[in-house]
Amino acid sequence: MTAMEVYTLRVNGDDREVADAWLGESLLYVLRERLGLLAAKGACEQGECGSCSVLVDQHLVCSCLVLAASAVGREIVTVEGLAPVGVPSDVQRAFVDAGAVQCGFCTPGLVMAATDLLDRIPDPTDMQIREELAGNVCRCTGYGRLVAAVQQVAVARREAGEPA
Amino acid sequence: MPVLTPVSLDDAVRLLDAHPGALVLAGGTDLMVEINEGHRPIGSGGDPTVVVAVDRIAELRTWTVDRGADTVTIGAGVTYRELLDEPLASLLPALAEASRTVGSPQIRNAGTLGGNLGTCSPAGDGLPVLSALDAVVHLVSAAGRRDVDVHDLMVGVKRTSLAPGELIESITVPLLDGWQGYSKVGVRNAMVIATASACLVTDRSSRTVRIALGSVAPTVVRCPDAEAFAAGVVDHDARTVPDDAVARFGELVAATSRPIDDHRSTAAYRRHAVEVMARRLLRRAFPGRPA
Repeated sequence: MTAMEVYTLRVNGDDREVADAWLGESLLYVLRERLGLLAAKGACEQGECGSCSVLVDQHLVCSCLVLAASAVGREIVTVEGLAPVGVPSDVQRAFVDAGAVQCGFCTPGLVMAATDLLDRIPDPTDMQIREELAGNVCRCTGYGRLVAAVQQVAVARREAGEPA
Repeated sequence: MPVLTPVSLDDAVRLLDAHPGALVLAGGTDLMVEINEGHRPIGSGGDPTVVVAVDRIAELRTWTVDRGADTVTIGAGVTYRELLDEPLASLLPALAEASRTVGSPQIRNAGTLGGNLGTCSPAGDGLPVLSALDAVVHLVSAAGRRDVDVHDLMVGVKRTSLAPGELIESITVPLLDGWQGYSKVGVRNAMVIATASACLVTDRSSRTVRIALGSVAPTVVRCPDAEAFAAGVVDHDARTVPDDAVARFGELVAATSRPIDDHRSTAAYRRHAVEVMARRLLRRAFPGRPA
């Protein structure tokens, strides 16, 4: 292993220093093992399961496929940065209300994907939701409740008249 | 700093000249899998100790239309997500269809057309489209620029004719006058590597039908016999083709494929799949039957 210089990642609005890291570390590894941000989950490590999904410069990506040291200067957002602790976002609230959470392993990735989806497509069809969430694997809920959670947020935002 | 993030093409070329063994990192959707699985012992002495990440190079993130030449030139760093956006999707519909089948939104946000070429998997979804369109790939290095036919760049399974220190800058494809589409068989509709794939493009002005296949040979393959046959049986203006010609076209396409048995499928199934896809694509391109 070759030690590298200290580098700084901007995560959830904070500058976080990463020291003595191996060059090949993924953003997922650095978030969890070096920065103690445990929301993003590691499962497949090959971009198949979506449980490590985060936003990098407002694009939803698999953090296991981002070379951490190449993300210097990017704005990284994880579930920890979506809403203050104890005050869930409307998407997080809807996941609970619709029963879209069972074991919870996939939930942070799905919350990131659902948040990104609703930002881009405020009024999605069920087919759009299924296509947009196709990169997030859930082995418990069977997806129907996930679709319902997303629709619940879309409806609530429309009724609130918010520019979604 | 062993991860270098140049913001201009000149800087990237200079860095690659100074570090000829450097790993070029585009979207990371292929390379990071290899790194995560320990297949790329980077930074551990001897092997590449430098990664050049090319995702901040503005020149690689753009695309342009040349209306005089009727071509589109796509920067190597343009993502599948961007290929799905208008107006690119309408200019190059087969490329947009292929892009929509790549992975998931997460993968399409990261993966790039240049990275698809650089990895050069026989299953790369963009590659049958670039082959059918006879794309020209623009390469740049400290020694200068050169253009290669896409078929000369793809030399084997995950092998290209890129020289050390050479970078894929952009890809030029023609704007054709006719239907074009992409078809793919896999175990589900998303997040799947092609078991077999095909891209068919038609061009009214040159009276041609071109078809390229993915995942049925070491590299993407064109089907010259089927293309020559199709040219004689389709009517580009009326958009018609006889049923028996569609069947024959499928047989000729299948005969050109050279599939193998592997963990994803059998050679026999792949040969069958490309025959069916070829028939369907030709029928979509020419929906009518001649009177």
